[in-house]
Amino acid sequence: MTLRSSVETAAISTAAVLVALLLFGGFAVVRGLDPLEVYRVLYLGAFGSWFAVQNTLTQAAPLMLTALCTAVPARAGLLVIGGEGALVMGGLATVLAGVLLANVPGPPGIALLCATGAVAGGLWVGVAGALRHWRGVNETISTLLLNYIAIAVLNHLITGPIRDFDQVLKPASWSVGEHLRIGDVPGTSIHWGLVFGVAACALLWVLMRGTTFGFAVDILGGNVRAARMAGLPIGAMVLVACFLGGAAAGLAGAVEVIAVHGFASSSLVVGYGYAGILVAFLARQNPLAIAFVSVLLGGISASGGLLQRRFGLPDAATLVLRGFLFVAVLAGSTLYGRLRIVRRP
Amino acid sequence: MMELGWWGVLVAVAGGAVRVSTPYLFVSLGETLTEKSGRVNLGLEGTLVLGAMSAYGVAHLSGSPWLGVLVAGVAGAAFGLVHGAVCSLARVNDIAMGIALFLLGTGLAFYLGKPFIEPVAPRLPHLAFGAWSDSPPVRAALDVSPLFVAGAVLAPALRWALGNTKWGLVVRTVGDNSDAAKALGWPVSLVRTLATMAGGFLAGVGGSFLSLHYPGTWNEALSSGQGLMAIALVIFARWDPVACFYASLLFGGATALGPALQSVGVTTNYYLYGAAPYVLTLGLLVYSSSTKHTLVGAPSELTISR
Repeated sequence: MTLRSSVETAAISTAAVLVALLLFGGFAVVRGLDPLEVYRVLYLGAFGSWFAVQNTLTQAAPLMLTALCTAVPARAGLLVIGGEGALVMGGLATVLAGVLLANVPGPPGIALLCATGAVAGGLWVGVAGALRHWRGVNETISTLLLNYIAIAVLNHLITGPIRDFDQVLKPASWSVGEHLRIGDVPGTSIHWGLVFGVAACALLWVLMRGTTFGFAVDILGGNVRAARMAGLPIGAMVLVACFLGGAAAGLAGAVEVIAVHGFASSSLVVGYGYAGILVAFLARQNPLAIAFVSVLLGGISASGGLLQRRFGLPDAATLVLRGFLFVAVLAGSTLYGRLRIVRRP
Repeated sequence: MMELGWWGVLVAVAGGAVRVSTPYLFVSLGETLTEKSGRVNLGLEGTLVLGAMSAYGVAHLSGSPWLGVLVAGVAGAAFGLVHGAVCSLARVNDIAMGIALFLLGTGLAFYLGKPFIEPVAPRLPHLAFGAWSDSPPVRAALDVSPLFVAGAVLAPALRWALGNTKWGLVVRTVGDNSDAAKALGWPVSLVRTLATMAGGFLAGVGGSFLSLHYPGTWNEALSSGQGLMAIALVIFARWDPVACFYASLLFGGATALGPALQSVGVTTNYYLYGAAPYVLTLGLLVYSSSTKHTLVGAPSELTISR
């Protein structure tokens, strides 16, 4: 990425954030609230204290992984929005693996659990890639359908076959053994998922930027005909891109199970997948930018509670802000190549 | 429903086909019109939810369900305007924009609809076609909403209008060959934006059915993908409004399967039957898509058919 395009991306994304905040401020005014006060609380809830920052980073962790689920296939020219379903399947597979591997000691067991979650998520989105390549099925629609199917499978399993009847508050699956769980980063209340997320972003950035595979995927994403002329194995690349994206979201599901809940329940379905799509678009599908944008979006989610307590805003307020942000970012994409920030060489 | 036994399941599924199909029908007709003009609006799922919320809210506050239906349509048209206008800008991806409006629409509906989860809104009237029968399930199955009748009339009307009127010709030309349309001096972006607004209006009306007829209440899990399935259904129906009508009946039946089985005491695997419409949609997509040739009836300017 050249300096020019980095500056351009940063400028347009910042402008989009400002427009979204302005629209959200308008909403606050309609409710009779002082928009400046709302912004201040938004900031306080996200970054105002060490507690808030930890909360934000915890929220950001799954977003990094689900955003990769959209970003990696996007480099190959696919619009995949299956992060929610891949996360659910990853979480379910992790629970099943955790029960099967209950006697495996901690470190190798944890690695196996994470791998199982990632593979499950990867295969789930890989199905959409295969359908796209061999049957021409639109991958956006198929991945969204797969999300609903994954949620139905989750509900089926946790209300029957793998239900833990000792959990009385809401239906939940069997739990993963204590020795197979990962806790928080020492000295913080941030779980290890954040490290997983950052590592995955860095790894995929290197893969996309520094390898022949990444270069070939970019060609495919830019122009299918050019890729075909160059004799690239398009089918395999589509499958691998979908698998890698799904694996990232599947890993997010594994982390939710072994670092947060210890079991699978409807707590896996809280919209991380959909927020990840927004992160991917804000970051222009760049894995490294995803790590930073996730923190921003994590901040919005983290401040939702404070907005609710301070102003009595419904918890969906953060959804509205996200929606405005998404629309503003996409509308902003028309500006690329039209701004004169850095003079063209 | 017990006294009918397994026949009850059949009656309930058939009745469900009529009762549940209306949102599918309105969204798919709206999407057909929009896609015929060469643009995709995946945001209709959000429009459906927003329509359901605004119809319920307005019906509750004003006491008139029909006003609710109207406002739902207007809200849908407003969302269509946003989609149409933003997508008219260069380099804006209409599929991505659809996802954005899907998320914004549901977010807005949840945000604004919070106060309406508890109160009761007046429902739309029913047309009791089953009054001749003594059997309650049969009567329930034939309790038809006027919106279903409206949709059933609209489907052939839309097909006729697209095929036989000047407006239909303009929409189809814009969707099949925008260069030709420009050469004829037709405003491509405006036609697409209007078609997207009209599509949004229909989807909003479809949403009002969810909250004012069946299930007839407002909550945040009301739609769960029905709008999206209706969009997929348009591909299966090959962009033909009348085929959309039959496909909607099929989807309505699939959606009614879970509750129907539950009513005869089959309560196991309830959630798996609930997945039936999604699996059916995916199966039909796999069946009706192809990599070899462009789909019959697909507008050639469409981003999903390229």
